[in-house]
Amino acid sequence: MKLNQLSVFLENKPGRLSEPCKVLADAGVNILTISLADTEQFGILRLIVPDWQKAKNALEKAQCVVNVTEVVAVEVEDKPGGLQNVLQVMEQAQLNIEYMYAFTFRRENKAIIVFRFEDPDTAVKLLQQKALKILSSEEVCQRVEG
Amino acid sequence: MTTFAFENRIWEQDETLSREQLSKLQLERLKQTLEQVANVPFYKKVLAENKLSPDSIKSLDDLRRIPFTNKEDLRQHYPLGFMAVPREQISRIHGSSGTTGKPTFVAYTVGDRERWANLCARFLVAGGLRSNHLVHIAFGFGLFTGGFGLHFGVEKVGAGILPAAAGNTPRQIMLLQDLAAEVLICTPSYSLQIAEVARAQGIDPAQLPLKFGHFGGEPWTEDMRLEIERELGIMAFNNYGLSEVIGPGVSGECVARCGMHIQEDHFIVECINPDTLEPVQQGEQGELVFTSLTKEAMPVLRYRTRDIATLDYSPCPCGRTGVRMSRVVGRTDDMLIIRGVNVFPSQVEEALLRVEGTAPHYLIEVDRPGTLDEVKVHVEIRPQDFSDKMSQMQALRDRIDREIHSVTGIRMKVELVEPQSLERSFGKAQRVIDHRNDK
Repeated sequence: MKLNQLSVFLENKPGRLSEPCKVLADAGVNILTISLADTEQFGILRLIVPDWQKAKNALEKAQCVVNVTEVVAVEVEDKPGGLQNVLQVMEQAQLNIEYMYAFTFRRENKAIIVFRFEDPDTAVKLLQQKALKILSSEEVCQRVEG
Repeated sequence: MTTFAFENRIWEQDETLSREQLSKLQLERLKQTLEQVANVPFYKKVLAENKLSPDSIKSLDDLRRIPFTNKEDLRQHYPLGFMAVPREQISRIHGSSGTTGKPTFVAYTVGDRERWANLCARFLVAGGLRSNHLVHIAFGFGLFTGGFGLHFGVEKVGAGILPAAAGNTPRQIMLLQDLAAEVLICTPSYSLQIAEVARAQGIDPAQLPLKFGHFGGEPWTEDMRLEIERELGIMAFNNYGLSEVIGPGVSGECVARCGMHIQEDHFIVECINPDTLEPVQQGEQGELVFTSLTKEAMPVLRYRTRDIATLDYSPCPCGRTGVRMSRVVGRTDDMLIIRGVNVFPSQVEEALLRVEGTAPHYLIEVDRPGTLDEVKVHVEIRPQDFSDKMSQMQALRDRIDREIHSVTGIRMKVELVEPQSLERSFGKAQRVIDHRNDK
């Protein structure tokens, strides 16, 4: 019930962001969602793709530094307070969020948010106990592409 | 430009010995030094291997039978293996950065300190210092020989001292304004920093009470001298020294300012081709090599400074007879001088190795965007050290930052770069780009 997220190290130089994107485009990989964390000196690009292994191979072949992290995709009601409800559950479960970002689409008034927890397995278990909808990789792809 | 005509005063008569008298004195003292170094295991071995003794030195030309001493030799005998006196006779220890995290220590007996203070007094007086002046010393007081060396030189002359030490420029400006020191002692680049900060505060640096300054600790140029003199409205004198030889006091400018008089009654200088190790033609550039003649605690024989300069034996109008060396125009090794501190690329490498998970591929970029040196270190990260968490990446960068500071004593800006992104030439990677040379 976890997604494999790819992270790519980016130097802070012009053109550095488009490089991995071009690699993925050439490899025919569709990016489901993307987030960028940056400092003055460097950035970290985080990606969710349908076939992470294929994408990782392509990026590494192009000399990118890539790592794979398990993240959790949680369904959130797309209405005022929707995210707050989910965050409250996490807070009560004492789950520490390292970072989060959203998918750019929604369906049936449901948004999907990606969460990075220190221990994703425990997080999945706790969130499911609280009746939150956790999406598998296949479900995410279906929703994006279907 | 404001000029100040100084009276040419000579501190010690030995500064004006005829070349003949000087040679005689040097020979006599060289023999004494050979006797003194017999207490140093390293030199004892060197002398024995080359069948040298004080008696075998018949003329100054025999000096060339003695092998050179390198910084590496000092390093291998860390910490105090070059002492020629028992530990209890050591009166002071100073140190300079080594090529690794360990400094190179140098030591002084009471007599050495006395002679050192006199040598500093000589060039200070040659460059205008009198007992009625107040001297603002903005050098670090610590292992670095600059602060204490000049301090006791000024004290010897009998002038007043304000040991302001390094850093906190706004405070330096306040002290300069309120206490009205006539003389500034610091690195040349720091004097310009003072001027710049003063300007930013709306103070015209030329209106500070300063009249002249003695600058050293890093190489500088004639252009920089003009800038310092114009900005601060002072006369700027150059002096030279290195801790392994004694510290400041090896040479300094007189009022004629046509080179720095080497204090040859205390040091024999040679100027060699660093490749052939043969003496260069008179007036040609070469590496300076010094032999100390009066040091007790840590005499050095034919110490290779790695500093490149020229020597001028023509007579000087001031009457001092010591040969004059030019500014240091370069180095024969990869040592960098950053804001007056000696830094070796190998130190950065050592710092990186201490940080678990950093491959030692790096590039040091030095620049002087304003008046002060700035250093950026590009460090290639290894794939296994890359994390999706920003906090972890920042922590890695901060650790590198701290280690570099702890090894070199200098703050460098650390920039993480992609693996394989730094250029590697055949076998040896380029470690340093110094943009200060472009200017």
